[in-house]
Order: sequence, then C-alpha cells, then structure tokens
Amino acid sequence: MYVDDAEIRDVIAGHQERNGRVTAILEDLQQRCRYLPEQALRIVAGELGLPLTQLYGVATFFAAFSLEPQGQHLVSVCHGTACHVKGAGRVSESLERELQVAIGKTTGDGQFTLKSVRCLGCCSLAPVVSIDGRAYGRMKPDTVEAVLSDWRGGDRR
Amino acid sequence: MNSAEAVLESLQRQGLSSLYPDRIRITVGRATCGLAAGADAVYQYIREEADRRRLDLQIVSTGCLGWCQQEPLVTVQAPGRPRLVYGRVDQALTGEILDGAGGGSFPESRLIGKIYADEVLLTGQRIFLTGEPESGPVLDQTSFYAPQLKVVTRNCGYIDPGSIAEYAARGGYRALWKALQAQPEQIIDEITASGLRGRGGGGYPTGRKWQATRRQPGDVKYVICNADEGDPGAYMDRSVLEGDPHTVLEGMIIGGYAIGARSGIIYVRSEYPLAVVRLQEAIGEANRVGALGKNIFGSGFDFQIEVVKGQGAFVCGEETAMIAAIEGKAGEPHPRPPYPSEAGLWGKPTCINNVETWANVPPIIMRGSGWFTGIGTESSKGTKVFALVGEISNNGLVEVPMGTTLRQVVVDAAGGAGRFALKAVQTGGPSGGCIPAGMFDLPVDYEALTGAGSIMGSGGMVVMDERTCMVDVARFFLSFTRDESCGKCMACREGTWQMLQILDRIAEGRAVMEDLELLERLALAVRDASLCGLGQTAPSPVLSTLRYFRDEYEAHIRDGFCPAGVCKGLFRLVIDQEACTGCGRCARVCQAEAVSVIGDVAGQETAKKYLVDQERCVQCRSCLDACAHRAVRVIPRGGAVVDAD
Amino acid sequence: MQIDINGRTIPVQAGQTVLDVAREEGIWIPTLCHHQGLEAYGACRLCLVETGSGDRGRIVASCALHVSDGLMVGTDSPRVREIREMIMQLHLAVAPDAPRVRELAQQLGVGQPVLARHGDGQCTLCGICVRVCRQVGANAIGFAFRGSRRQVTAPFGARAAGCLGCRACEESCPTGAIVFSESGGRLFGEHWQSDVPLSRCAVCGRAFAPQPLPGHLQQRYGLEFQQADRCPECRRQQAAASLTAQARYNLSP
Repeated sequence: MYVDDAEIRDVIAGHQERNGRVTAILEDLQQRCRYLPEQALRIVAGELGLPLTQLYGVATFFAAFSLEPQGQHLVSVCHGTACHVKGAGRVSESLERELQVAIGKTTGDGQFTLKSVRCLGCCSLAPVVSIDGRAYGRMKPDTVEAVLSDWRGGDRR
Repeated sequence: MNSAEAVLESLQRQGLSSLYPDRIRITVGRATCGLAAGADAVYQYIREEADRRRLDLQIVSTGCLGWCQQEPLVTVQAPGRPRLVYGRVDQALTGEILDGAGGGSFPESRLIGKIYADEVLLTGQRIFLTGEPESGPVLDQTSFYAPQLKVVTRNCGYIDPGSIAEYAARGGYRALWKALQAQPEQIIDEITASGLRGRGGGGYPTGRKWQATRRQPGDVKYVICNADEGDPGAYMDRSVLEGDPHTVLEGMIIGGYAIGARSGIIYVRSEYPLAVVRLQEAIGEANRVGALGKNIFGSGFDFQIEVVKGQGAFVCGEETAMIAAIEGKAGEPHPRPPYPSEAGLWGKPTCINNVETWANVPPIIMRGSGWFTGIGTESSKGTKVFALVGEISNNGLVEVPMGTTLRQVVVDAAGGAGRFALKAVQTGGPSGGCIPAGMFDLPVDYEALTGAGSIMGSGGMVVMDERTCMVDVARFFLSFTRDESCGKCMACREGTWQMLQILDRIAEGRAVMEDLELLERLALAVRDASLCGLGQTAPSPVLSTLRYFRDEYEAHIRDGFCPAGVCKGLFRLVIDQEACTGCGRCARVCQAEAVSVIGDVAGQETAKKYLVDQERCVQCRSCLDACAHRAVRVIPRGGAVVDAD
Repeated sequence: MQIDINGRTIPVQAGQTVLDVAREEGIWIPTLCHHQGLEAYGACRLCLVETGSGDRGRIVASCALHVSDGLMVGTDSPRVREIREMIMQLHLAVAPDAPRVRELAQQLGVGQPVLARHGDGQCTLCGICVRVCRQVGANAIGFAFRGSRRQVTAPFGARAAGCLGCRACEESCPTGAIVFSESGGRLFGEHWQSDVPLSRCAVCGRAFAPQPLPGHLQQRYGLEFQQADRCPECRRQQAAASLTAQARYNLSP
C-alpha cells in the first residue's frame, strides 16, 4: 500500500503523546502500508530527531512490525502452550502445504502471509488459527483447506 | 452529601436498575474467548429474534464468567427468578431461551447452573434474586465454581464492562472515594498489612514496592500496569481487562494517590485489541464522571491514565525492558540496580504492577487488610486467578484462595484430564516448571511452588497427560524463550540457543549421555549468569523436567525411544489386538491411510480388528487420540510387533 | 567505606564499582564488553562475581556493582568458576577465531570447546562498537533484530551512511572483528560498507583525514585543528623545521 510523504508526516503529527510515541507511530504506519517502508522510517527518524539506527533497531525488534510487504490476509497459527499440546504443529504443517509457503513468508500472489504467534488467548479451543483477527478453533490438519476456502479469491465470503 | 458522593450514589442507582431491571435481562459473554466460540452470532441472533418476536428484553454483552469450555455462555435473568446460566449456546438453544422469554418455559438443556443471590464483594451485601428455590444445579455448588472465591474476577461475566454505572452498582469507585479521605501513607500501610504480593509472577510484596517508590524524592512519578501477559496459555489478565476494566483503573488511581504519582500507563499487548478498546472506553467513562482527571472527587488529586501498546515482545514483560519500549527504544533490559522505583520511566520513580495486583486494591481498601489476610496461607494472602488449559476437561479461568491444592484446582474444579492419565501440570509458563501428578496435594502458594522447582508465575496452568512428552515440553518452552530473548547478554542469547541444540538432538534420538550433563551445566549457568528474568528463568522447564522426568530423557538417549509417543521417529504405534473392539475410529481419522482392518468376516463383528501399517504411518497419533478403548500403544522402534500377528 | 574481596578488607570510595576496586588491587576479573570510556553494559557476563555467601549468595556483574559498606565479594569461588567456564564456552562457540577470546579461554583454563559452533566466528556482540559510535555522536551503526538474530548493522543493512571514519569502533573492538582499509583516497569499513572519502594533504598529496571528521569534532567538542589541511607527517616536518629555525637564532640555552 503506497503512502506518500505527506501522509506519513500527518501520522507523526497525529501522535503527540510522549509515552509510547515511537511504537504508536510505527503501528499506525504498519497498518496503513502493510509494512514499514524504508522511506517512512527515514522520515519518522528525521521528524522525531531520533538516530535512524535507534529507529531501525525498534522496527526490527518487535514482532508486530515488518519491513517486507505483508499479504492481503494474515494467517496466524497459534503456537501457544495449549495449542502446542493439542497438535498445533501438525496444523501448521498442513497450512504450509496448503498455502505452499513457509511460516513467516508471504505467498507469491500476495494473498496470504503465514505467521506463527503465541498466544491468541483462546486456549479452550486449541489449536487455533486466526485469519485477519477471526479465530477458528479446534483446528485439525484436514480442516485447513475448508477454512482457507473462505478467504481465497479476494474478499472473504 | 457532597458532589462526589452524589455522583457515586447516582451511578449506583443507575447501575442497580440496569443490573436488576423490571424486564428480562439476557447477557452474552463476548470476551475474546466467547467470540472465538461463536458468541457474536448468538448475540446478533438474540437481538434480531427479540426484535422479530417483539420481546422487550435487555440484552447485554459481558466479559467471561470463566468457564471457557462452555462458551458461548448466556445468562437469563427474569424478575423474581434465579439467574439461569446456559453453556455451549447455539442458535437452536437461543431460540428455546427466547421461547421462555416470550412466556413459555426456559429450556433445561445445557443449563449449567442457577444463581439465587449476588454477593457484592466490595460491600459484603447480598442481593437476593428470588426466595423461591427451584430444581437444578446451583452455580456456586457446581464442581467448577465450588472451590472458587471471586475477588479479582468478581464482576467478570456479571456486568457490562462498558457501563461505569454497573461497576458502581457493585461497589465500584467507593474504594477510591474512601482512599482519598485517608492519607497516602495509610493506604500504603493497609496494602502492606494485607500481604498482597505481585501477581505477575515475582510475588514481590506490593506494599514494599509502593513504599520504595513513594520514598523517592521528586514530584514526577509514574505507575504502570503490566498488561503485557506474554506467557502462552495464560489469559487471566486479558479476561479482567475485557470483563472489568474499571477495577484496574480504580486500583491504579488509588496506587497513584498513595505513591504520589499523577500519571498512569497501562502497557497492554497489541495482540489484545478488545482489551485495548474496553480500556479506552473505561478511561473515557471514568474521566466523564470525575474518577479520573483533575481534582478527582473534589480531593485536589489529579491523575490521568493512558494506554500504550506492546508490539510483540515477551521480554517487555520485564520492567526495565518495558520502560525502554515506552521510551521509544528496543525492549532491552538493563542491570538492576537502579530499580524502577528509584529511576524508572524517563528516569523517574516508577511503580509497575500486574493487572491482577491492581485489581486486588479496591477490595482490600473496601474490606480491609484483615479481611484479605483471612484468605490464603501464611505467606501467600488472598486469591489467585489461574488459566487452566491443555489436556483438561474444563478449560477456563478459576480464582481460588491461595493454599488450595493443585488437586482441588486441576481435578476437582477443572475435571482432570480425560480418559488419559494425568501426568503433570506446568505452572509459570516458560519461566516455570512441571509439577508431576503425584505431587498434586501441593498447595498453591508462592513458596510451595518454588520449593517444588516451579513458580506461581502469572497463573497459566497447562495440564499434561500421558500423551505429553516432557522432553518435548522443555523443548517447546525453550524455543519460545530463545525466540523472545532480546539478545543482549551472552548467557541468555547463546545459552538458550545451545540448550535448544542439545534438546533437538535428544528429541531426534541423536544424543549421548554426556549431552545430558552438558545440558544441565548450561541450564545452571544460564540461570545464574543471565542479565534479566527472562534468561534467569528460561532454563526452569529444562531443570524441572530433568528433576522429575529424567527417565524420559534417558529413554530418548539410551533407547532412542519416546515413551509418550511424540518425538517423531522415536516410537511406533501398534494396536493391541486384545483391547481393540473393531470400532474403526482409528481408520477413519488416520491421516496417512495406514490403518487397515483384518478378520473382516461378514456376520462376525467381533473378529474385526485393526492394525497399523508401519510403512505408511506418519506418527500423527490421530488414532491414539481417537481410540476410546486405549487400544493404540506406543512402543519402541525396535520392539517386536507381535500383537499384529 | 570498606568491602571484602576474597577475604581481604579493602577501603573504597562511594561510586566505585567492584570491578574498579578489584583492578586497583590487582585482583583479576575477566571482562570483554567492559570499556573504560563507556558506561557498564553487562552483555558478556564474564565479570560475574558472587556476593554474600552460601545459599544467600547472588551472582552479579562486577562492572555494574557499586560498592556499599560491608559488601562481601568472591571473585573465584567454585560457583563463579563454573559459571565463568560455561560463559567462556559460549564465547568460544560464537567467536572461536578471535585472539582475545582464545586468550581469555587460556587464562581461565578452559580447554576444548564443547559446544556447537554458531556465528561468524568473530563478533561476540559485546556492543562496544555500537556504544562508542553512539558516544562519539555518529550513530552510524546500531543493534537490530533480537535474540540469536541480533546483529550490529547500519540501518537496512546498507552502507553505514553516518560513518565519520573515526575508526573508534575498530580501535576498541576486543575481538578484532572490525577492519578498516584505505584505498584510492577512500576509507572502507568492510563490516558495514562504510565508505568515507579522505582529504588529501596540501603538501604531499597523501589522503589522510576522513572528510566528515574535523567538522564533527569541531561541532561536537569545539576542537579546532591547526593546519588541518596537512597530514601528520608534513605537520611534524614543518614543526621540526620551525623549531630548528628558532634554535638557530636563539642564543640562550
């Protein structure tokens, strides 16, 4: 998602709070651009008077931020303790097979980014997969295809 | 009566008429766990149908009542009747409930229990819903709720978290009013006398921390709520934030007053978007009624609270790392001293406490430290909220007095494991350890759990049965801490990586006995040499599983055998022909078409048996999980497969 | 104020660290990420000592431990030695080729590496280069990523654009992982693709001074240089010549 310099400066200006300002700005930019473009980070560092090395350190430290464009849909497979004990590993492998992509990567067509997260907090429904915030509980390796079909081909049906 | 009291009285009246209306009140648990189970569809359906049937109902979203296994949870309160609590509510059951609301009788199916009276914990009063006893289980007497004492979670699942009036109706913001009449030092004395200890895991005496922060010179101080809740499998804090955000706010304002801080920050992980929304709403409401902002309740005390979101780093649950993150830096801890109470956020004295700790403050102020010390053990006062997950019949959140035994929590309340034997419970998440089933008479208490090689931790309790491999558990937790290590210090960064290398070798059957010794030496060194709590506790799962389940490690190394049947390639699955009843479930769930039938003679059902084709088996264990007769056995690779003949 | 190190009572001053005191007293404590000019960082974990005793003993980094009256410190207890050995093994796994690491291992009596090799063989992530670069005010390099993916890098893994060419990182790196070289009138730092043009001497034409450096030093520290356009050798020659000229006309001894 292309975002121009003016919009980036607007985002920065919209966050005047002192506490957590940097990560709040980065989160906002990540949501709009679907990643943190280099140019955006340079502008943020300049506007906030921060060394670029510090900002780059923050952008690469936190799991929520990505310096590579993310797919249309974020598929998060929970690898929390409960999900692990209930077979999240096998569900994960099945997702990788179905999407033809490794954990942490985005499919070639830019549709899906597959991520491993811990934990989504729905432990009573383990193992859980969340797609764009919608949680699917009690997943099994053979239910992956059906769940993904809801999202394939553009917008969710 | 001055204006602050008038405000509280008015809110209380409003809240009471909302909680106990003249019409039928239906609540739907729409916290994250409820939503994941389908509560939204239930909620929408109730609204549409109520409209369509022209029923005059009050329909309210609440937080979680704790019994997550039973979600979606719906309660129905008709005037003059006990409150009915329904579990696993679907569209069909909703229809039946609405039939009842329309004048018919309410359904009996999936009725978990009835509530005859509400106890308002903060005031000690009881509100009776009805004097007429009915048949059916009383909610408080069901095995899940009987051992519980709801202090922290007193409002969750009862009130609309977005309604400050409903919060006030159950005694909310009275504690703040009371505190503002007293001197800050008196508040600290009361909290100290209560024996409240940090509920985030460390168990540090809260009063002492408040005092240390208060004592520092300077008029700029901060209080922070640690809502980063990173332990996988723990969601107690999330539940409180989503179900009763005001209790956290009230606790922080009282704490701010006691310590001399004018600013509070709630650091909540961005993976909890609903909690963030509820908090923002609650802050808005509190500001609106004068419980936050300038000159709170006319006391002259100013306090404001803001929300800062954690962007995905478990290490930021560590105080100095959290402070660094709020200041716009990477979440790297730094050596202590100086402690945050001396020099914390922006170099100012800062008091950081966990969500559950703050939530305990209003009850302690209202009921007194004497009441609080009457709950719990000698060293661990009050209650603790636990999240029961894993191989447990009743997944959910339970809040019990300290000193309750593990057996009472895991077996009595949560129903134990299913048909597989209970093996251990992991407490304290990645920083904790496993307690074997044989030790379940251990009381839940800070010192008892530490003595057993684990910790209280934030409250996550992962239940494991005989199908769990303890080597795999250690490996799982270590891979988590390795991923989450900030990487600053050699001991943790490199130490966890090297420990994981060894655990991988063990799990893959490539290790030798010397590896075990090396693993232990590394574990102890990482524990002692790491800069912060993450590294210091990362070896705990390894050390505790070595302490109680060393034989499993040795089986992996000496025999290349994983007795639990988890580590791929280190076991085989066979079907015991004696135990097999020929039901065929294994064949149906098999992922690799590796289960076949023999003796399938027409008219002779009992002759039918199943067996596993070892060539095709991919060891997914779906058969073992599905077999109701425990006929699927885990045997070593080299073991003779006699039974199949 | 006095403290006790290994049974020896030593008078100390407030503000000193246990490491400072030990060094003054000739008590050896191994260090790697410690640097006199920088604040204590606590990354290498080699300087750990034991405070208190027995079960109450705590393991603490001596570089960051400030003295307090009556503090009891053990720098060589069995527990400390065991921890030190394992920490040394971790260093050997990461930087087995670094001479300083091998030297430390030898001094500690740590023989064969027992852990799997991991890393590029040179950098232990002690952070001195980053800290020095920050202190100097260049901020050309920093830490990025986390855990075992942590690395010292210029932003975006690209050329270290803010590099002044001061080479303080190279000078203070304890493992020799950082190397600068000169070629064609430019200074190259291979690790972070630093590429800094050098000014040429007005007299001999030799490339000698990183161009951004004098300006930075002047701006940040107020340092002015006489004859900044001459290389050190030409300046020396000129100074020698003028001293000789002065001596010729100076009759008093």
